[in-house]
Amino acid sequence: MFYLCKIPHVSQRLLRVPHFLLRRETLISAAFSLAISALSAVAFAVDPRPKTTSASVSGKSLTAKTPSPSATPASVFELNTAPRPQGKIDELVFRRLHELGIAPTHGCTDAVFVRRVFLDVIGTLPTAAETRAFLQDQSPERRTSLIDLLLAREEYADYWAMKWSDLLRVKAEFPVNLWPNAAQAYHRWIVAALRRNQPYDQFARELLTANGSNFRVGPVNFYRALQNKEPASIARTVALTFMGERAEKWPAAQLAGLAGFFTQLTYKATGEWKEEIVFFDPHKPQPVGDTTTARFPDGTMATLVADRDAREVFADWLLDPKNPWFARAMANRVWSWLLGRGIVHETDDLRPDNPAANPALLAYLERELIAARFDVKQLMRLILNSQTYQLSSIARSTRPEAEANFAFYAPRRLDAEVLIDAINQITGTTEKYSSAIPEPFTFVPEDLRSIALPDGSITSSFLENFGRPSRDTGLESERNNRITASQRLTLLNSTLIQRKLEQGPKIQALIRNRAAPREIIEGLYVTILSRPPTAGERTIITARALAGADARTTSIDLAWALLNSAEFLYRH
Amino acid sequence: MNLHHSVDPRLWNLSTELRLLGLSGPPLTRREAIRDGLLGAASLALSGHLASRAAAMSDAALAPLPVTPKAKSVIQIWLWGGPCHLDTFDPKPDAGYDYSGALKTSIPTNVAGIQIGELLPLLAKQADKYSIIRSMTHGINGHETASYTVQTGRASGGRDVFPGTGAVVSLFKGYDAGYKGLLPPYIVLTELQGRFSEAGFLGGRYKPFATGGDPGANRFIVEGVIAQGISDERQRARREFLHQLNTFERAMPSADPRLTALGQCESDAYEMILGDAGKVFDLSQEKDAIRDGYGRNTFGQSCLMARRLVERGVPYVTINYKGWDTHKQHFPIMRRKLPEFDRGLATLLADLAERGLLESTIVMAGGEFGRTPKVLWESPWNGGRSHWGKAFSLLVAGGGFKGGHVVGQTDARGEEVTERPVQPSEVIASVYECLGIDGQAKLPHPEGTDVRAMPAALNHGRRPSRLSEIM
Repeated sequence: MFYLCKIPHVSQRLLRVPHFLLRRETLISAAFSLAISALSAVAFAVDPRPKTTSASVSGKSLTAKTPSPSATPASVFELNTAPRPQGKIDELVFRRLHELGIAPTHGCTDAVFVRRVFLDVIGTLPTAAETRAFLQDQSPERRTSLIDLLLAREEYADYWAMKWSDLLRVKAEFPVNLWPNAAQAYHRWIVAALRRNQPYDQFARELLTANGSNFRVGPVNFYRALQNKEPASIARTVALTFMGERAEKWPAAQLAGLAGFFTQLTYKATGEWKEEIVFFDPHKPQPVGDTTTARFPDGTMATLVADRDAREVFADWLLDPKNPWFARAMANRVWSWLLGRGIVHETDDLRPDNPAANPALLAYLERELIAARFDVKQLMRLILNSQTYQLSSIARSTRPEAEANFAFYAPRRLDAEVLIDAINQITGTTEKYSSAIPEPFTFVPEDLRSIALPDGSITSSFLENFGRPSRDTGLESERNNRITASQRLTLLNSTLIQRKLEQGPKIQALIRNRAAPREIIEGLYVTILSRPPTAGERTIITARALAGADARTTSIDLAWALLNSAEFLYRH
Repeated sequence: MNLHHSVDPRLWNLSTELRLLGLSGPPLTRREAIRDGLLGAASLALSGHLASRAAAMSDAALAPLPVTPKAKSVIQIWLWGGPCHLDTFDPKPDAGYDYSGALKTSIPTNVAGIQIGELLPLLAKQADKYSIIRSMTHGINGHETASYTVQTGRASGGRDVFPGTGAVVSLFKGYDAGYKGLLPPYIVLTELQGRFSEAGFLGGRYKPFATGGDPGANRFIVEGVIAQGISDERQRARREFLHQLNTFERAMPSADPRLTALGQCESDAYEMILGDAGKVFDLSQEKDAIRDGYGRNTFGQSCLMARRLVERGVPYVTINYKGWDTHKQHFPIMRRKLPEFDRGLATLLADLAERGLLESTIVMAGGEFGRTPKVLWESPWNGGRSHWGKAFSLLVAGGGFKGGHVVGQTDARGEEVTERPVQPSEVIASVYECLGIDGQAKLPHPEGTDVRAMPAALNHGRRPSRLSEIM
């Protein structure tokens, strides 16, 4: 409710309900009360309260933003004016689209924006109150203010730690076998780094150069979350994580050169069960006849001195602002995380023969990331404020280049964890997570959100069904957000979802009988889809109530239909 | 003629195969090959790399190879906990009370010379349809590790978690192999094991679909397919409601590939919920006499359910049948469970045979190990049996396995295997062969490691042999 406190009091700005709405409902209720006397249905079809009272007293009605009944479906989602470039990003994107002869689509509406930016920045659906507050805000700076607010929210760290845990392979079990205590130490370290917005170059340096116990020094697990701890395998992981390259495609000498920085890394067990110390050992004997020499991936020789950790030497090279890989790979990743697709696609398969769709755009973002001293939030802020990010998802062109060049915001199915969290938030329910294997057992507090789960090994059939990554390889493509029939069955008809809808305390509070039907419909729409219903949708719902279903069934079925809509299942 | 140790094995394989194919040297008879334990390796390779190499050498002479797998489906009845071999398929009435306890007698079957436990009278009448392997062995006494070894054929503790047979069959016989059914290719009745990762490194795509619910209940509530308290009429009305309220989809360009995929998934899901595909789970479609025949309990109706699933082409069905970990109260539990097991399985075999499905359906029944032959009379067990990985029994039937045979034997007390020890990997190899799955086919491994479908024998690192006696 922090957000609610910040916004100005807005009830004065609410408009009265348009006359057509009053007229329509009056007609329907009159016809209906003549026809039958089923009170529950009457309760649903007729709102006993005067509309204006409900709006100004509760501050809940959003009729001010409700499109007119003649509006097209598209008007719910996009503005009716052509987009205007607002900064360097838009200039570069629109210029490229112009070269391709593709028109960018229109900007998105505030209702689309509030949902999208919550999901993209904190992996969390806005609550009804948050949505209402934003939609009632008339300030011209409202989108910028919301972006700042979200970047400062606590969930930011949880959500991006989930993303980083995919890439850094945070899981207790097979095949990386971090073990539970170590996975949690690793995750805690990632969350803490994100919470204080540690500059990305320092984040990388800690991962690359840490020494110590896997239980106590989180980042040393970077070198343990590997299926194979040979120097060449470490080198592949380093290239993938920090350079966005797949070193298995490199010439052998290049890979061997990078591996040369990791030959003195040592793992040592302790007396404590499953504890392991990871450290640079200057005296570690090199394999007999080993002629490997540390060589940077650009081909220059490294000068290693006996007492200096070779990993430090590599980090100095990698994190130098002039390094051609480090900032570029990260700028491309951040863009893809927010827009759904890299400027170079895939974001972890950068190579000379995989060109950027818009090289000038990538170069600009890279410069901005360096200029911001690797402040990732700053780069996100820049992207989120662009008109390009704020375009609607309704494509004007079906050419593949349109999507590859960001002519619209391509819809994406919600991540598994984000989806179940959203359903739980709507219904007021929680998930039970635990992990019985391997020992020691992991029990997860029931109010912990799924995006904040510390360990990718924690069993959950829902998360597995919805494509949670296995965290084996660190590849972005491990996360599978494609819809399947089995996912559809779960959402449409499983006892899991059914129980949440029928028994979840929040949804029950929303649909309780004494609420006015107008409010129930509005409440469900704002809670689930983060927007008010259109007049056309209200008509459909009222007609269904009139067709004989009791009020509670109509409400549950409405909640069910909204949860199963493409509009809910996708970020758009 | 055993050339194992004298010749480069690759040469041996090739020459043997060419002989089997009648291409080189005196042709081997099947009997000769079996006697020498050769046919296993050779015929497995027939569908593998050597066959394709040979085919490339001389297309006209070799193609088409007569590889027609008999089995299309597997029903795996998993007796979780480890059933006692002495009280089921390897009775030892002469070992005395300390071994046989209250179950002192064995009963003859419809195959001369084969005796089974006294609590299995219905199975005794079906012995011509199945074979009993009495010499299963791996020596592992922990549930998780023994389950892993029996279901994957591999030793536990390595760096890789291997997929179980169900997941491998789902890989080679499921959607990747042209399976078009709406029913998932690998179904578990009714719950996953929880302590065993069925799919291993193959990942979530090959995990089984667990039905949930209880086939023995009035209505079998299958997770996602059948929702309690929601009539078909309401389902239809809901779907219409969903379509009416699809404002976003109407706003989007109709060709959007994401929405097309979503629409297809919805159609498939409703084919299960309201269409014909989901009707398979409606056991009330079966005659009462048939339902009664299987036994009106969870296991019996699960067997009936499994028959209905393989009838519709599902390649792999597991019945997770719990409650066999009888450390205490062993004999009372046997008296309760074995009649239920007897009725369900015997009816399943008879029903499959009658419908002509047994020829194409492998049925396996067994657990992760056997139980301590010497009854633990002392406190706190008071007549219980513990875990016994050194010797246990497995029933196999159908899909290319012969009935009416016994493979191997144990000593007079059922403690040690004395003849023809059978490793779990041999069973799995044989199952794959019956299904026409190439043992040398590569499994997709996250690291790209070269891993084959066929587990290596535990002891020698060689290819496992096969159950040639009963194939």
